[in-house]
Amino acid sequence: MATATHLLTEKEATAHPPAEAVVVRFAGDSGDGMQLTGGQFTLSTALAGNDLATFPDFPAEIRAPQGTTFGVSAFQINFGSAAIDTAGDAPDVLIAMNPAALKVNVDSLREGGLIIADEGEFTARNLAKAGYEQNPLEDGSLAKWQLVHFNISQLTLDAVKPFGLGNKEALRCKNMWTLGLALWMFDRDRQPIVDWLNQKFAKAPELAEANVAALNAGHAYGETVEMGAPFKQHHIAPAPAEPGLYRTVTGAEALALGLVAGCQLAGIGMFFGSYPITPASPLLHHLARLKEFGITTFQAEDEIAAICAAIGASYAGQLGITSSSGPGIALKTEALGLAIMTELPLIVVNSQRGGPSTGLPTKTEQSDLYQAVYGRNADSPLPVVAARSPADAFECAIEACRIATRYMTPVMLLTDGYIANAAEPWKVPDMSEYAPFPVAFFDKQPAEGEGVMPYARNDELARPWIKPGTPGLEHRIGGIEKQPGTGNIDYSPGAHQKMTETRHQKVANVADSIPDQDVCLGREGAELVVVGWGSTFGPIHQAVRRALAKGQDVAHVHVRHIWPMPKNMSVLLKGFKHILVPEMNMGQFKTVLRDQYLVDAKPLTKVSGHPFRIAEIEAAIDAALGA
Amino acid sequence: MNEMTTVTTAKDWASDQEVRWCPGCGDYAVLKAVQRTMPDLGVAREKTVFVSGIGCSSRFPYYMASYGFHTIHGRAPAFATGIKLANPELDVWIITGDGDALSIGGNHTMHVLRRNLDCQILLFNNEIYGLTKGQYSPTSRVGTRSPSTPFGSVDRPVTPCMFALGSGARFVARGIDVHKNLPDVLKAAHAHRGASFVEIYQNCVVYNDDVFASFTEREVAQEKQLWLKAGEKMLFANGTKGLALDAERLALKVVGADDPAVIVHDPKNKGIAAMLIAMPDSFPMALGVIYESPAPTFDSAVLEQNAAAASGKTADLQKLVSKGQTWMVEKEPHKL
Repeated sequence: MATATHLLTEKEATAHPPAEAVVVRFAGDSGDGMQLTGGQFTLSTALAGNDLATFPDFPAEIRAPQGTTFGVSAFQINFGSAAIDTAGDAPDVLIAMNPAALKVNVDSLREGGLIIADEGEFTARNLAKAGYEQNPLEDGSLAKWQLVHFNISQLTLDAVKPFGLGNKEALRCKNMWTLGLALWMFDRDRQPIVDWLNQKFAKAPELAEANVAALNAGHAYGETVEMGAPFKQHHIAPAPAEPGLYRTVTGAEALALGLVAGCQLAGIGMFFGSYPITPASPLLHHLARLKEFGITTFQAEDEIAAICAAIGASYAGQLGITSSSGPGIALKTEALGLAIMTELPLIVVNSQRGGPSTGLPTKTEQSDLYQAVYGRNADSPLPVVAARSPADAFECAIEACRIATRYMTPVMLLTDGYIANAAEPWKVPDMSEYAPFPVAFFDKQPAEGEGVMPYARNDELARPWIKPGTPGLEHRIGGIEKQPGTGNIDYSPGAHQKMTETRHQKVANVADSIPDQDVCLGREGAELVVVGWGSTFGPIHQAVRRALAKGQDVAHVHVRHIWPMPKNMSVLLKGFKHILVPEMNMGQFKTVLRDQYLVDAKPLTKVSGHPFRIAEIEAAIDAALGA
Repeated sequence: MNEMTTVTTAKDWASDQEVRWCPGCGDYAVLKAVQRTMPDLGVAREKTVFVSGIGCSSRFPYYMASYGFHTIHGRAPAFATGIKLANPELDVWIITGDGDALSIGGNHTMHVLRRNLDCQILLFNNEIYGLTKGQYSPTSRVGTRSPSTPFGSVDRPVTPCMFALGSGARFVARGIDVHKNLPDVLKAAHAHRGASFVEIYQNCVVYNDDVFASFTEREVAQEKQLWLKAGEKMLFANGTKGLALDAERLALKVVGADDPAVIVHDPKNKGIAAMLIAMPDSFPMALGVIYESPAPTFDSAVLEQNAAAASGKTADLQKLVSKGQTWMVEKEPHKL
């Protein structure tokens, strides 16, 4: 499974690549419902027991002009009968709903791959909009791929005719027709989709019936029309998996569930302050529905108010959480300094996207690492945790809650646009296996003649959490430097030196309660280690696995705790001869590793807005080993 | 606001910290007025939180023996929102200035008012930036000479109470730092459920001394101050003059006290409130509670919705993580 808990053993890794894995990409106009089609196909794939990973790729515009290349929305899924870690390098099958979708996506299709096109949309007007001078379905330009085309639009209209829909509404059923065909191609059960349609259109039964008819028609078309060799039915056997209950989960869902779980394990209410921003908003949407878990969600007037309100809630005794993407995190930075200064627990989730500035709002990148680790005025350290996959986001969210409440510190939780939107099967966790970390608010009265000590320290240097409302412990905190212990304003050189060192050491102490860094594939001390963090886990893991199969001496280390890093990191890294760090940025983690350990970490960078392909990392491994 | 009455004295509300404003600063008078008012409100120190932003006035929380949070520039309303939503039992006071609330924090001031968070907002208006050494502020009058405007400021000022009214505030009042009526204004602000906006004219002795002298000086006070009282006629100048509506121009006019057209103050009348706030210099300054029209508070609405949405549901974490379409894998893990 693609979950973080499923790490391939060496033996498994040296085995041959998956016997059966297929990459399918659905591409169409942003109004064609491709994300919906992909989502339902994902569900049917999961129910068939395949392992899978997905990659939704949609435009920043909600409804770009119809038929244009910048309005193309795509959904890619990789599924198979063995562990799947990435959404797949090159699609095996491309379903193109119009000329623009074909134009944008066809070059990534593997040579010999299958194109299924809706010829009904290949009109002179649509061809021109996509920039085709001739019809590619007819001019032989697609010769290196296998091409089948039929008039999906007309076939859909025929199928839904009995339901009396208008032309426009009838054509909206095209995506279900296509899904029906795809379900036939991979021998899938239609019933769950039929159930879903009936539920979705419960208030408009004629739409439900029309969509079901389109779905069935697409399926029947595959079954009855003899299209020749390329177009055949495949059966992908279920992937092996740990026994247990499974569901699919997106990163945003897993993150929401993890934050709920973290607050429950801490035994406190959650205050989630947020301002809408792509691709972070789904987290707010998920949490807004979960009031029964003691959650207050607050859509603030801006990014700054969102974090300030969250800090206020933490001050008042709930766990304040705020969430954004790079530009929004930049706006929150001053307030983050206050949370560091006042030593209040706080979680800041950054769903990274391409930047700088507005950059690529809907595309993924990992370029906010410097911002997370170094990006504040003054000496302002805070712990940073990074999720590697949708399912891993659940564990990382709990870990962030644990660190924030135990050390009285803001924690940055890094995820990215890819993780947030991608789906994967997830073994439903048994919550009784998670150790609670209940918060203890301080309410002990000061001894006679002594004042309140809001900046007293425990062994780990955490200060007490005193809620307003606690009698006898009234005190004032703020952003001005303070006297150790009392927290009274103190600008003296000694106080600032001492408090700066204490804040630094407190965050460094987090390393005492995190596990040692493991090697998830390959051996310690190998010739080459590929070090990753965040969503590059999948392609790195598969690339290292293939390298091991080729007999190369390579290992994969994937870092969750970016700051502070595990205590064994130095010794571990120095045991490898070469270090390669693939990242979707210009080499940020590479710099942190060099900075912290004086090692010769070499970068492998990609900032195209798309995740790494396995082959790209494989090639870099070959190059590093001189193969 | 607290239902239970707690007995305290003004001294109980003074913290042990040395007050560090300039000698003669109007802030001292406001601090004293607040400390004197708190016992009359019957509230408990531990349930009271003073939240501030940045600026001279924002040092205020350090001097109150309650809970206090000195935050960052302009953002106090946002912190206060989180505090109040996390614990609605707390009595939250926001201390801010003209730069803090209307320049860098204008956005948050607008939103805390329109949301109607239950809190008191005391805006110390001295029409200048004090802590950064005397630059002009968004309330400074045109022509204000300051280090950043050596030839005089050219931009027109904002009228704080007009801004508040326009933002949807349900309680708008004015006071003067050294005036004996300030505690009454504070009490009215506290009694109002929702965001109570109080502009306090506060004299900065160092950078903008006597900027309000035209209506605060003893010799002009009677002629230039109109203290509003709900249900009473709008009279000033020792009760010899009053305000009436000039219906033709839809504006206020000064009339003799015995004129039957003198308006009786109805704090719910938003139109008259706007006119009172915007009176030109030739008129007296409207002081006291100018507008009050209660409405449901943000915190109570959030709480009610949270409770309604949660009712009948149990917080079962295991059930939550198991939601959606699930499937069972029953066979043994594959052989390695």
